[in-house]
This record gives sequence, C-alpha cells and structure tokens, in this order.
Amino acid sequence: MAKEVSPGVKALRKVVDDVHADARKAKAEGKLVGWSSSKFPCELAEAFDLNVMYPENQAAGIAANRDGEIMCQAAEDLGFDNDICGYARISLAYAAGKRAARKFDPETLEYIIDPNSGKPLKDENGQVVIDEATGKPKKDPKTQSPYTVLVDIHEIEAMPDSPLKDKYWESIKPYRQMRIPQPDFVLCCNNICNCMTKWYENIARMCNIPLIMIDIPYNNTVEVHDSNVAYVRAQFDNAIHQLEELTGKKFDEEKFNRACANANRTASAWLRVCDYLQYKPAPYSGFDLFNHMADIVTARGKVEAAEAFELLEKDLEQAIKEGTTTTPFPEKYRVMFEGIPCWPKLPNLFKPLKQNGVNVTAVVYAPAFGFVYDDLDGMARAYYKAPNSVCIEQGVDWREGICRDNKVDGVLVHYNRSCKPWSGYMAEMQRRFTADLGVPCAGFDGDQADPRNFNEAQYDTRVQGLVEAMEQNAKNKAAKEG
Amino acid sequence: MSIEVLMKEFQDVAYNPGKQLADFKAQGKKVIGVLPYYAPEELVYAAGMVPMGIWGTNKKTIVRAKEYCATFYCTIAQLALEMLLDGTMDGLDGLITPTICDTLRPMSQNFRVAIGEKIPCIFLAHPQNRFADWGIQFCMDQYNDVKAGLEKIAGHEISNEAILDAIKVYNKSRAARREFVKLASDHCDVVTPTLRSAVLKASFFMLKDAYTEKLTALNEELKKLPVCDWKGVKVVTSGIICDNPALLQIFEENNIAIAADDVAHESRAFRTDAPEDEADGIKALALQFKAQDYEVLLYDPQSNQNRRGEFVANLVKESGAQGLVLFMQQFCDPEEMEYPYLKKALDAAGVPHIKLGIDQQMRDFGQARTAIQAFADVLG
Repeated sequence: MAKEVSPGVKALRKVVDDVHADARKAKAEGKLVGWSSSKFPCELAEAFDLNVMYPENQAAGIAANRDGEIMCQAAEDLGFDNDICGYARISLAYAAGKRAARKFDPETLEYIIDPNSGKPLKDENGQVVIDEATGKPKKDPKTQSPYTVLVDIHEIEAMPDSPLKDKYWESIKPYRQMRIPQPDFVLCCNNICNCMTKWYENIARMCNIPLIMIDIPYNNTVEVHDSNVAYVRAQFDNAIHQLEELTGKKFDEEKFNRACANANRTASAWLRVCDYLQYKPAPYSGFDLFNHMADIVTARGKVEAAEAFELLEKDLEQAIKEGTTTTPFPEKYRVMFEGIPCWPKLPNLFKPLKQNGVNVTAVVYAPAFGFVYDDLDGMARAYYKAPNSVCIEQGVDWREGICRDNKVDGVLVHYNRSCKPWSGYMAEMQRRFTADLGVPCAGFDGDQADPRNFNEAQYDTRVQGLVEAMEQNAKNKAAKEG
Repeated sequence: MSIEVLMKEFQDVAYNPGKQLADFKAQGKKVIGVLPYYAPEELVYAAGMVPMGIWGTNKKTIVRAKEYCATFYCTIAQLALEMLLDGTMDGLDGLITPTICDTLRPMSQNFRVAIGEKIPCIFLAHPQNRFADWGIQFCMDQYNDVKAGLEKIAGHEISNEAILDAIKVYNKSRAARREFVKLASDHCDVVTPTLRSAVLKASFFMLKDAYTEKLTALNEELKKLPVCDWKGVKVVTSGIICDNPALLQIFEENNIAIAADDVAHESRAFRTDAPEDEADGIKALALQFKAQDYEVLLYDPQSNQNRRGEFVANLVKESGAQGLVLFMQQFCDPEEMEYPYLKKALDAAGVPHIKLGIDQQMRDFGQARTAIQAFADVLG
C-alpha cells in the first residue's frame, strides 16, 4: 500500500505533474517547449510564458525509475564515454531519441514479462510462497513488469502507420520523465558545471535548435564582484533579446516581476521547510527534501510551487506540535548527506541508515536553492552561487552553517563519479568539517545516475565506520559532561 | 648551428624543466607557473618574469595529490598538484590557475589550499560568452586581476607598452611554431614525432624571445632541406597532450609521421594571435581569447553546427594526412563530450581514425602499440 502523504507533499507532487502535463500539451498544440539546466534563471522563460523541462531533474527521475543504466549505455553506444556525467549521458541519449520501453511480442503485441521482476508472492498469512519446483520464492504476478528494452523514436516515426507502430509508441515507459517532449530550444547556464556547456551544445546540434547560454565563470571569492555581476547582467539582457527573437514576443516586464516574486516566495518557503530539519528529532528525513528538488528546480517561478511549499510548512508545523515524523525509525544520529544521492540506489542508501538510526538532517541543496534577491543585480549574484561555482570558503561556510543549525553528528560524503566539480574539493572539505565542527566524516564512491558506479558493500562499511565514530563521540561527550 | 645540435638543445629543455627553473632562479629571475588553459602568458613576460607551463609530467606517480583528489580526475591536473606538493616547484614565485574545465574549477581551490602561503596563486576565470563587448570587458577585468597579481609578485607595475611588446614577441613565437609544424611535416624524415614534440614542448619552459630565436634558426635549417619523399603514412594528432616519448616512439617504429595536430598542448596553444593594431594591450589579449575557436573547452555559439568536427576533418585533408590519431586523455569531459561529433565529421569526410585512451601515469603502451601498428597497416 502506498505510504500516506501529507497535503503539502501531495500538492508538491501535483505541481511537478502539472508542469510536465502542460509541456506535453503545449508540444501537442505546436507551441515551443524548451529544455533548461537546473539553475538557469527560470524567471526569464516565465516572462515569455514558455514551457520548460529540466534534463537534470529528468535524468534523476529516469535513474530512480531504474532506467539509468540502459540510457547511459545508449549514450555510450552513440560514442559518449562512460566517464561523462550520468545525467548528461541519460539526457543525450534521450535527446537523440532513445527511450526505455517495455518489451513486447511483435506478433501478438503482448508485453513479455521479465520473470525476475516483481515482489515475492505472499499468502493470506503474509508468508512468502515458495515455488516447489525451484525452491525459490514465487513472484506476485501483479507486481511483475515486462523486460526493459531500448527503442528509438525516430525509427518508430519512420514506420508505416500500423497497430505495431502504435504499440511501439505505447511501449515507451509511461512515467513522466520518459515522456517529456523533444526540445525546440535549450537554455544553458553553466553555474552548476562546465560539462553543461558541451552537453547543451550537443543537444542543440542533435536537434538543430537554438541554444541560449548564460555563462557563470567559477568564482574564487565569497563575494561576487561587480565585474562578475555586470557580465551576468549583460547576459540576462542578451538572453531576453534571444528569447524575443525565438518567440516573436516582447519581453513582458510585469510577468517577469511576477516570476521573480514567485521565485523568491518559493525559495523562502523552501528554506523554511529545510529549517524544520533543525528540530530534534526531525519531523522528516533529508531524503524527502531530495524528492522535493523537482519542485524547486522545475517550478520555483510559479506561484503554485510557493503555495505547495507553504502548505508543506504547515504540515511540518503540525507534525512538530504532535511530535510526529515521517522518518520510519527512531532518530539516533543526525548526519549531513553531502552531494547528490545515488538515485538508482536510494533503497540501498537508506537501508544501513535506517538500521543504525541515522537520519539525514542536512543536505547541501537547502542553501543552494534557497536564494532570495531584491533586484536584478541581486538576481545575478544569486545565480552566481551554485553548489559548484563557489570557492571552497563559501562551500565550507554553507555546509558548516547547516551542520551547526541542523545539529549533525557526522557527515556522509558521496564521491560522485558523475560530478567532478562537486567531488573535486571534498577531501579538503572533509578535513575542515572535522577540524571546525569536531564531527567524523565518511566518504563513499557512487554515482548520481549510473548504478554501475555504486558499491553497496563499500557503502555499508563506510556507514558502519561513521556510526562507530559518532557513537564514540557521543560517549566521549557524555563522559565529559559527567 | 646544425639541425642535430638545435634539436638536442630543444630536447634538453623539454625533458629537464627542473633545470630550466633552477637556471632562471640562479639568474635572479622570478618564475611564474602557468596551468592550462589560455592564461595570458604575455603578462608574465611583460612583467619581466618567466612563465613556465605546467602540463603534468610523464615521470611521476600520484601520491601526495591523493590527499586532495579522488581517482577520477585528469592526471595532468593531479600531477601538477603532486609537483607542487613534493617540492619540485618550490622555486616558483607564483602560479596562475585558470578554471575553464570541471577539473580545474575545484583544483584551483586545491592548488591554493595545498601550497598555502608558499606560492601566491593568481586565479583566472575566462568568460565562455566571450564575443560581445561585455564578454570582452569581463575577460579584460579578469586579465587586469591577473596583471595586478603579477605586479605584486614582480614588485613593479606592468606598463601597457611592455604588454604590447610582449604581444609582438608572442605573436612572432606563435608564427614560428606554426611554420615549424608545417616544416616538420615536409621534413618528417628528420623531424620525427618525438623530436617534433620536444621542440614544441620546449616553448613552455623558455623565455619566448630566446625560444623563437632558436626555433627560427631551426626552421631556416629545415627550409634548406629538400622536401622529403615520405614512404610511410601521415596522421593528424588530436587531444589535450601527447608528449610521451615512449608513446611517440611507437609512431616512429611504424613509419607514422605527424602532418599537423589539433592538440591543446601544441597547435591549439598557438593557433590564434593577439591583434597588434589594438592600442590597449589588455584588450588585445581579450580579443585574442575571443578569437579562439574550434576548441573543445570553449563555447561555440553556432553549436547547432558541427564546426569543430569539420574543422579537424578538414585539417586532416589539407595537411595531406591519411588519418587521425586521437589521444583521449582519461577523465577529460570536454574531449569526451566532443568525440561523437568529431567521429561523425571524420566519418563523413572519409577520414579513418583511432582513439587511444591515455594518461600521464601510463608506462606500458602495449595496447597502444597494437592499435597504432594496426592503424598504420590500414593507412598504408
């Protein structure tokens, strides 16, 4: 049975579903649909009423739906090295027309069920039913699914109209991230990483579409200097001019101001939601925040997102009053999870944390997307500060701030094979966390989208090590306090 | 001076940068380490200091840098950090750290943290949107920051005249290297791949006026020779760096000459001059950066076309090469990202190619040898 969720969570899910549905509808009506990097100023696209989809968010969804590997491999077959970011590989495969689909028999048009899929069948007493022939648990047919195969939309398009062709279209996995429309333009802001620049250039080339680029060079100081602001401001103006050409519309300042107000309201509500993790025990897990990333990325310029986060805030207020939490275990330790989660392996990430009573009460995305600004210069400065565009001092300050506020006992660091800029100074950061906060840190190797780069045994061992160190710290503290 | 003697001198420099550094220091000169890519070295020269390029090393193993990096970072950057940590570069008076790729972004922080107070770091972030006035202005702002950092180390101001003079010296040097690349192809019986690499590599470890003088002398000697009637095959090389003599030796064993290159450490570094008719030296350098093109590291506003792939395919055709050897630097996203479209352009132009995965810690080139041998057979 699906877990009961709060009205705020339901509202947040609806916001993202609606953004996707609107984009699909717009495409069907012949309107432009764009693809955008997660921290491109969405306020600009909102001012032109453009429908925009977010490949990073999409790739995370595809990976969480267990199709990261087949899509990554599809990109590798196109010549993209397996060293390249998993999000980029998934997105590039998708842009090239590759889709994860359900295998079917071309004669009967029936799906072919993968016998290894699904959950064990349980009898009326809740006991697992064993197959006498094999001695292994029987699978519940209701939970089984067809084999996953790769299809190409361009090949399907080229087929003559027929039930077979219709079946091919239908066979594409039905979840929303595997059904986003192909792009008519791309919006790239490389504040997240420079990989983004070439990733979006490749999409522009594959799809022969315009690319609007906002470049945020790396920053070596905590402050964003006026020179950098002037460069970004000029790029905002340039992007507006390009969007005017693309849409044939004039820039609507009123809509833009409204989008800015919405983005600020969403960000403020997001930050307040994040701050609920400061409570001990926390009313939810940081892993839930990861799930709400989709809203802050795809809809922060929309009033619905602001309202949904405000609703979630109310739910959390209530939870605090009632002393409830959505974390399904008693909170013994509190940690910061550093980096993007391994989306294809979320249950595996969660398992040893649950076993050891470790709740994630701090994630770096809180400050990274909780930016509020007053004017255009402020907006330029806000977009200058992405997780991977800031100097080590700013990065440490962000993290140590949330570690202190959210009262963490340790830090779990994901050395993310997909993300060189993020993982590139984590070793030094770990040393600083321990020196400045007196908390132990443990690192593990993984990947945000490609399951082949995650080693569960190593992860479990590292979590165990972290738990032991936190336990020792707690004992030392208790002894000191007498 | 004979070709052999000149070549020997270039090799001595290319393979002994430590000695060069020590010699400069003994002469009382200040030396600035310059990391890849596209740092305005002219400013170092204009300050009366010596810029020395740091493109990793083929001789060391990563040990100390592991304290800062996970394994999946390009060895050029990791070995640069290694040499900063192991004392190899203690003689440096400053370090310029550009940040144009995703490895160099966080590494700029690691370099700064790791060397602490020992060597001042001068940070540089180039603009990708480098074409409009505001892009040029940002590049100028960045270069002015670099200039200010260098002035602090030099202990004096860098005049506009000195920058304009440095631009002339550097343009002359770039022209000489471009001419050498052509002559190396015409006389590939004399200028073997190993020697070609050593000559070009030496430019990173010498003052450019002295380097150009020596290179011009070599070019003049080469011009006196008849164009060789090469019986082997010719290729264009592509990638970030391919300066390992052990690897280039395999080319020689298989009668493969290098007709031209699309290598960041070689021709990409001297393809574009700074304008000499611009009165503001800093602006001239920003205009030079604006003009950098066909580059895996830089944004191409006409990205819906395959300009870079087609440029490289044309380079192969125009240079008279029969194929292309791509040295794919391990963990180099920009190169990896552009590979599918490079392949597409090469295939469309009927240019055969091979892709060799390399890194600077490789000591065994068995696989590369087999691939190169097979490629030579195909082309021959």
